[in-house]
Amino acid sequence: MAGPEIERMIQLLAKLPGLGPRSARRAALFLVKRRDSLLDPLSRALADAAATVKTCSVCGNYDSTDPCAICADPKRDASQICVVEDVSGLWAMERTGLFRGRYHVLGGVLSALDGIGPEDLNIPALLARARDGQVSEVILATGATVDGQTTAHYIADRLKDCPVSVSGLAHGVPVGGELDYLDDGTIGAALRARRPV
Amino acid sequence: MEWSEEAILLSARRHGEAGAVATLFARGKGVHAGMVPGGASRAMRGVLQPGNLVLATWRARLSEQLGSFHLDPLRDVAGALLSDAARLSALSSACALVEAALPEREAHPALWDATRALLDALPSESWATVYVHWELALLRELGFGLDLSACAATGVTEELCWVSPKSGRAVSRQAGEPWRTKLLPLPAFLLAGGEGRAEDLLAGLALTGYFLDRHVMAAHGLSLPAARSRLVDRLRP
Repeated sequence: MAGPEIERMIQLLAKLPGLGPRSARRAALFLVKRRDSLLDPLSRALADAAATVKTCSVCGNYDSTDPCAICADPKRDASQICVVEDVSGLWAMERTGLFRGRYHVLGGVLSALDGIGPEDLNIPALLARARDGQVSEVILATGATVDGQTTAHYIADRLKDCPVSVSGLAHGVPVGGELDYLDDGTIGAALRARRPV
Repeated sequence: MEWSEEAILLSARRHGEAGAVATLFARGKGVHAGMVPGGASRAMRGVLQPGNLVLATWRARLSEQLGSFHLDPLRDVAGALLSDAARLSALSSACALVEAALPEREAHPALWDATRALLDALPSESWATVYVHWELALLRELGFGLDLSACAATGVTEELCWVSPKSGRAVSRQAGEPWRTKLLPLPAFLLAGGEGRAEDLLAGLALTGYFLDRHVMAAHGLSLPAARSRLVDRLRP
């Protein structure tokens, strides 16, 4: 039906999240039809990313420089480190524009099911950063799941000997949330974390 | 094929982009896996946490198929324990042990009742005592129950303070004295009832851990769950 180059492009596009073979075929056709405005720039952008993007040796973020732009930014507060499960968590925090400290990407969470132990996570580097004297607070922003919170407790234990305060994100009613539509766990967490108004 | 029952969620693994494969523990069906369509959605992620109670409806064309689950949340057990490291470790450990130790699709109603009671007890003060008793119930259910009724050597029923690592039977203080270094300490609360102190709880976990490791986990080529080790660490004074 299509040449081997297009078939190969369809096969690779089908591996992207959210795309199956059918939608990959549509995307491939869309790209081929817009060679100048989309296909060429996209292929150059992908080649550039493949050539330059690396993992930050300090925090584990992805960037074209090492250390990454966040770690290298002198305006960021070096006394606060926000610990996230993966880079998508870092991007989510950055989208808020509220956190001006630095990050540490764990690369996953402890999971007995998947055989992920502490040695598989980027924890030693976090401990080293927490001991270097610059950091005063570590914010554990792992997910509100059993694995995420188990990881947070584990890290909090390991940080006990470091001269830093350890905090975790609050769990509770989201902005725009109505109690009627919330699950029992979220309402329970919000009730336990209630504060004076 | 279809059944519907209250169940305890043991684990869930993402499958594809939208689904998940969940393993549940149901009273009449035992450990049972199934596909959860939409299990990776934001709405289902909170439900698919180990220890949560759900009303599970399983459907498949043939009984030997994986089948699919429809899950309605009944009680959010995990969410209430997220901030408590020790209780969370106990919950994770219990779920991991049940999943590793029990064969699939074999009913264990007595252990299900004990596990349900453990979930109820986890928010209480006596949770650690209940947990040790639960591990004894797990050993009993698997056919490796400890006989703590009388001394294996003399038959006396008083001053039982050791357990033989070979037979799993209690040994009295007098009969066990010459072999005390080889015997496992038997904490008093396991016989007398009541709550155990921290050192008794650790002795209880060392006792059950020895037999779980030897008879249950080693037989499957596994070691005790990491969550259980974390629980033991948490209980250390």
